[in-house]
Amino acid sequence: MFDVELVRRDFPILQRTVHGKPLVYLDNAATSQKPLAVIDALVEYYERYNANIHRGLHTLSEEATSRYEEAREKVRRFINAPGRESVIFTRNATESINLVAYAWGRAKVRVGDEIVLTVMEHHSNLVPWQVLAKETGARLRFVDIDDEGRLRDDWREMIGEKTRLVALTQMSNVLGTINPVREIADLAHQHGAAVLVDGAQSVAHMPVDVQELDCDFLAFSSHKMLGPTGVGVLYARRRILEDMTPMLSGGHMISKVSLEDTTWNEIPSRFEAGTPNIADVIAFGAAIDYLEGIGMEVVRRHDMELTAYALDVLGQIPGVALYGPRDASIRGAAVAFNYGDLHPHDLGTALDSYGIAIRAGHHCAQPLMTRLGVTATARASFHIYNRREEIDVLAEGIQEAAKFFGDAISARTRA
Amino acid sequence: MPEPELDELYKDLILDHYRRPRNRHSVAEPKIVGEGFNPLCGDEIAVEAHFDGDVLSDVGFEGRGCSISQASGSMMTEAVKGKTAAEAKALIDAFTRMMTDPDFQPSDGLGDLEAFAGVAKYPVRVKCATLAWHALLDLLSRRGEVQGEG
Repeated sequence: MFDVELVRRDFPILQRTVHGKPLVYLDNAATSQKPLAVIDALVEYYERYNANIHRGLHTLSEEATSRYEEAREKVRRFINAPGRESVIFTRNATESINLVAYAWGRAKVRVGDEIVLTVMEHHSNLVPWQVLAKETGARLRFVDIDDEGRLRDDWREMIGEKTRLVALTQMSNVLGTINPVREIADLAHQHGAAVLVDGAQSVAHMPVDVQELDCDFLAFSSHKMLGPTGVGVLYARRRILEDMTPMLSGGHMISKVSLEDTTWNEIPSRFEAGTPNIADVIAFGAAIDYLEGIGMEVVRRHDMELTAYALDVLGQIPGVALYGPRDASIRGAAVAFNYGDLHPHDLGTALDSYGIAIRAGHHCAQPLMTRLGVTATARASFHIYNRREEIDVLAEGIQEAAKFFGDAISARTRA
Repeated sequence: MPEPELDELYKDLILDHYRRPRNRHSVAEPKIVGEGFNPLCGDEIAVEAHFDGDVLSDVGFEGRGCSISQASGSMMTEAVKGKTAAEAKALIDAFTRMMTDPDFQPSDGLGDLEAFAGVAKYPVRVKCATLAWHALLDLLSRRGEVQGEG
């Protein structure tokens, strides 16, 4: 039986106060907090078996290597990848996507090819493709959204013979929208195109199975799923990886080196040049254990309950505009909103003074802001340790802020 | 440690300028325009000035953004109107110091602009307060280019 109060005890940071008020942390789409098990794993590594991996013959190095590779196995199981060699550790989801753009994109994408994206992409799944398109002469195309922030069916016409790659988010970091990745992947594959899924939000909040999605690439990061910063994952199909040359070169990724030439190491080592982020990868493994202990189905259900409650409570405040689908069953736990013409930064500062942490800004999705006709929004986003009472505190905070700015808002709205 | 209070940041004067921005208008030709953009939030401000010799005889601004950035634009235009380019530059420096220098003592003739002193306690909002001033700096440097003083 899931008990949010028990879960909260695992997160030391939730005990702290901000400006004299209990912390209400609602910025999980930016980064999540870390349970003690993750913090302990970091400490244990540095106190007990800090050593470089894959090279030393001594005990510490063997222990560190085996824990590092165990983490890879945990990731494999978590996303149901067929093999461990398909799991590459990077610094973050952004680096994972860049790795595909550089190592796969530059070899496979040609002038006249099309890359299909959506208007709701985070800059990390947009800018690398802009760079690639400029270099190769490929054309970017964008699937639009409807008034509730759901993906339009445009992709059915857009994906065709010219499509080389479809790259899209599984769960929008602004709208919360969950996209029909499998359907899109099926059509893309019919036309011989590859499919990259930005799973930065989805993998952290719902069960994700790469075989079920049938995607060719999946990018996500540890820090949004209770793990440390500095670790990302790129999952890629084995046959694609075997054909890919590395983006970074140097130590560990080699098989044989002479002064003039080098043969690449096997996958995934080929893509992990240099000493990796050993401690954080191992602690990421602890985060996966923690999430599996709760169960991703439970995380998803908790998210849905909080999101439905937030949409209801915030939607009842006069002057609040909500973005994204109204149905919590088709969206994730990120709720973007605005209050009148109060700038989200003013709202964010006011809420912070009440101890409430939200995000305010363009959420690294400026084209989506343009599409929504705003420059910025506020965003509350939840994870497993959030509770309904915190959404009540948020709602009170918004009304308190509205009172504070008072006629400054209404005067401008009238003007 | 005393907690920073919301009304220390949002002084009445700031909210008043946010509510009723002054000099939100275009100035007569010939004019020089400077721009400021904050990539963090997408806020932007354009400042324009008409010069009589070395004096900014009319100054106006346009833009969109939070209360701090817009009030700062409004109060900046009031502060620099009628000043020489060199005086305006000195005011930019003093304002920037107020925002970034913890040892700043308000004695540099900032007047009403001291209302923004509380912003320095909110590091993420400093860029909001200085946005209009960056635009003014941009304007002055463009004037330098126009006059070949570059």
